[in-house]
Amino acid sequence: MAVDMRLPAARRQVASLSAAQEKHLVVPGDIITTDVGFMRGHGTYMDEEKLTASVAGEVERVNKLICVRPLKTRFNGEVGDVVVGRITEVQLKRWKVETNSRLDSVLLLSSVNLPGGELRRRSVEDELAMRDYLQEGDLISAEVQSVFSDGALSLHTRSLKYGKLGQGVLVQVSPSLVKRQKTHFHNLPCGASIIMGNNGYIWLYPTPGQQDEEAGGYYTSLEPISLADREVISRLRNCILALTAHKVLLYDTSVLYCYESSRPHKIKNILKPEIMEEIVMETRQRLLEQAG
Amino acid sequence: MAAVQICEAEKVYIMHGVRDDLRVDGRGCEDYRHMEIETDVVSNTDGSARVKMGYTDILVGIKAEIGKPRPMVPDEGYLEFFVDCSANATPEFEGRGGEELGSEISSTLYKVFSNRNSLDMKALCIAPGEHCWVLYVDVLLLQCDGNLLDATSVAIKAALFSTRIPKVHISEDEEGTKELELSDDPYDCMRLEVEDVPCIVTLCKIGHRHVVDATLQEKACSMASLLISVTRKGTVTCIRKVGGGSLDPESIFEMTETGKRVGKALHAPLMKLLQEEEMLGKKKQKVGFLG
Repeated sequence: MAVDMRLPAARRQVASLSAAQEKHLVVPGDIITTDVGFMRGHGTYMDEEKLTASVAGEVERVNKLICVRPLKTRFNGEVGDVVVGRITEVQLKRWKVETNSRLDSVLLLSSVNLPGGELRRRSVEDELAMRDYLQEGDLISAEVQSVFSDGALSLHTRSLKYGKLGQGVLVQVSPSLVKRQKTHFHNLPCGASIIMGNNGYIWLYPTPGQQDEEAGGYYTSLEPISLADREVISRLRNCILALTAHKVLLYDTSVLYCYESSRPHKIKNILKPEIMEEIVMETRQRLLEQAG
Repeated sequence: MAAVQICEAEKVYIMHGVRDDLRVDGRGCEDYRHMEIETDVVSNTDGSARVKMGYTDILVGIKAEIGKPRPMVPDEGYLEFFVDCSANATPEFEGRGGEELGSEISSTLYKVFSNRNSLDMKALCIAPGEHCWVLYVDVLLLQCDGNLLDATSVAIKAALFSTRIPKVHISEDEEGTKELELSDDPYDCMRLEVEDVPCIVTLCKIGHRHVVDATLQEKACSMASLLISVTRKGTVTCIRKVGGGSLDPESIFEMTETGKRVGKALHAPLMKLLQEEEMLGKKKQKVGFLG
């Protein structure tokens, strides 16, 4: 039974390992440029002929378009993004899903696969049985189908890899830290699987056995998970939190390297500030070596 | 309390984990999260402390005022608690939303500190029956991530340790009216004996086992919890049961034993840390809120 108390330490600026390009960071109110030839994009506004930033982040310039990409923001969905969300309401013919965006996303009854995989028109019985499939509090993985005019996302789970999620752990991070990749579903070699939602919700779960592959999320197994799998999942969770604390971009390789660096430490010690720093330094080093 | 919604499958995962003594973040059932404690964060109070445990952030400020002692105990001072659940923590606390939680916590604190042996109230007396020190303890919940009472009690103990009450001289002039003079010297002050101040341990029953320092997700899986306030010698000063579920007398006994053990182990590192911080004196790196 360990109690770890200490005095707080001021956050130290970690020396940037790659001094390749100087990032142009701004805070709200900073003048980006006084040149009038640029078009203003997201995160900027015109203040007396001067282009000023309205959010805190990094300035991005594409030819004549200047925009500011904020470091910490709500999830702004695009078509095709994979998200992990939690059902908040069951309404008439649709579910409201919380996905860390400005408005709750919508999952229409017509956008889910019915049990049995039949392709038929949704009837009144289906509407009444909605709560049997997805209740308030359930977690789902889905893909963004379209964006409504007010900015709300419309999701769909029309593929066997999406659907209701079973036993596992949810980690919530900032959406800007999740890297956009070809696939967001990974079976990590350390023995667990991960779904990296673009909205910052990361789902860790034990790798399903062969027979469960094509279940599509209708049957949630409530069997106890083995201790070894639990340890892997807890360690991954702490590693992800360590990477988030040091603002490292999250993708399968960075999480895996962090996991390997954290092997010599006990799982519960990973969240101690000095051990977090050590592990993240090692991970950054390896990522640089791999890139360069 | 700021609660999170979790689904059946997550609850089952957490319960099986607790049964195997491996919680979601790798801790055992009796491990606390990493705590950061700093005193003297608010400059215009007589004593203050800030405790961060996980994402839970508690700020305690203590102000000493001169008041009239209670009629039942004319030679003792007293403590007044006020808990403010800031809307910073969760939108549920906006307006009067946090009042219920705040009054629950403050009534628990009153109960814990009503014990005669926790704090020497006689030291707070100035003139029996006429003047005494009243310590107004204000607790501010900045962020809620479970285990509010444990963090609050640690913060109160740290704030009481750092409280400096100015010394009072009573002078009588010719007509017999007493005048109170507060010493101007900022170093001429009285410190409080906090050795016997208890710390609260919250034990949540999940399945057949109980856990210390539950996060919000673990709290959502538990039906009943036991609050035990324990002194440094392991004496239990107050027990309270919260939650809608029922507790078996057997489990109450087991939980009390665990609470005594865990609570006793909290005091030594805390006092050591507070004394270490005091030793640093001027060299202490003030972190505060912008560190």
